[in-house]
Amino acid sequence: MTDTTLDMSLKGTMTKPKERSEFAHTIDGTVGKPFLDGKDTKFHCRGVNVFYNGTKQAIFDTSVDIGKNEVIAMIGPSGCGKSTFLRCLNRMNDTIDGCLVTGTINLDGEDIHAKAQDPVLLRARVGMVFQKPNPFPKSIYDNVAYGPRLHGLAANRAELDEIVESSLRKAGLFNEVKDRLQAPGTGLSGGQQQRLCIARTIAVSPEVILMDEPTSALDPIATATIEELIDELRQSFTICIVTHSMQQAARISQRTAYFHLGYLVEVNDTKTVFTNPQHQLTENYITGRFG
Amino acid sequence: MPMNTNQHTSHQYNAELEAARNKLMTMAGLVEAQVSNAIKALLERDSALGEKVAFSDYEINTLEVAIDEQCAEIIARRQPAASDLRLLITIIKVITDLERIGDEAEKVGRYAVEMSESATSGELHGSLRHLGEHVKAMLRDTLDALARMDIKQAMQVVDNDHQVDAEFDSISRQLFTRMLEDPRNIKDSLNVTWCARSLERIGDHCKNICEYVIYLVKGKDVRHTNLEKVRSEILGNN
Repeated sequence: MTDTTLDMSLKGTMTKPKERSEFAHTIDGTVGKPFLDGKDTKFHCRGVNVFYNGTKQAIFDTSVDIGKNEVIAMIGPSGCGKSTFLRCLNRMNDTIDGCLVTGTINLDGEDIHAKAQDPVLLRARVGMVFQKPNPFPKSIYDNVAYGPRLHGLAANRAELDEIVESSLRKAGLFNEVKDRLQAPGTGLSGGQQQRLCIARTIAVSPEVILMDEPTSALDPIATATIEELIDELRQSFTICIVTHSMQQAARISQRTAYFHLGYLVEVNDTKTVFTNPQHQLTENYITGRFG
Repeated sequence: MPMNTNQHTSHQYNAELEAARNKLMTMAGLVEAQVSNAIKALLERDSALGEKVAFSDYEINTLEVAIDEQCAEIIARRQPAASDLRLLITIIKVITDLERIGDEAEKVGRYAVEMSESATSGELHGSLRHLGEHVKAMLRDTLDALARMDIKQAMQVVDNDHQVDAEFDSISRQLFTRMLEDPRNIKDSLNVTWCARSLERIGDHCKNICEYVIYLVKGKDVRHTNLEKVRSEILGNN
């Protein structure tokens, strides 16, 4: 499905931003390399706007491609819209009253806003990991088995066992918990809980994993473990990560996107963003200048 | 994108970067004085000045070590990015070339002491003077470009380096002729060759520094690339 399936009445009226931010004059489209020219594109986003309560615009006309098997980091100051944009990618914003998303977001060429698209299935394809580890108040096993049961991915107990084990292994947690799979997930340490949440996410074999500051509540060792894991997961998944730590973005991502007051200012190879950013606002942010 | 070395949210960070830059410029000033004195000692057969140059090199070396340490500390503490990172990389690289320029000046100073006794021919003396003035001007332009982050001037220095190389070749030819004419000239001529060689090397180091300046401002590494292409890329969109 293509752009034509979009609700045209919305597209016509809403893509013009209602209120321009004070920095708008310095932001003239996204600089750098936001587009992948069709090669191995997972997400294809064009002219995405997000409004809260019909008046407050959180994201302005954002267009970007997200590639297969890449880690793309989204950085920017608080309130710049990076989390809002991330939540667009699996329609998590649908759950917020008064939130309106316009524009095109295609996953593997399919419009995620199409009427036929079931958001529950979409979220199985595009999983999410949050800032604070949020295991269900269930056993470790049941936390991971929850998604596969919901989606009927296992025909019998043996298959379910296998999914749980391989997910925990991929998340680098299996060896630490294999003797206490029936213990409550909430009894694990913070870093282990976060890896449990990642295991729960990958148990339903998603294609994309969205991570919203997954390590900001963790100590440096647990953070390093998760970062190592992200690099391994990249072999099988596309990963979009929102982070407040620029060093983390520099360490783990292949591409970096910089948001500023609702605008996508720059997207480029991470190396370029951190050595030679093209936009003054990106430069100011990553070098710690504001004024 | 204009370069600004201040305006960090952290004033302490500003101060640290500024301090490193100031030390770099102090070192540059010392090196310039050493080169200028070395050339003066050589041309005016001033053995006292030549000796002073030969013994002052340690100041430059000490500064090089101190700046290196300062940069390492900033990298460890601040994890600089973008222009700040390029500034530190540039400083670390520039001081290596400055230190080597200092070494060449020291050599010229030592030869000046040795050659103050003998009389070189007027023609050779004139050639050395010309080369010396040229290299001095080149170093001055280089340090100006560095202080002002002026890529136009930096580009010009990179462009002009081949003139110094040509002058060195011409002096070499004169010396061959002189040595062939009379073997008694060989010792003297070799000394002149070493001096000219040192001056020519200073020109090469100036060129390197200017390439780092271009990297600092533009984020493009222009070493070992085609000059014409660099010019259109660097100055074209300036």
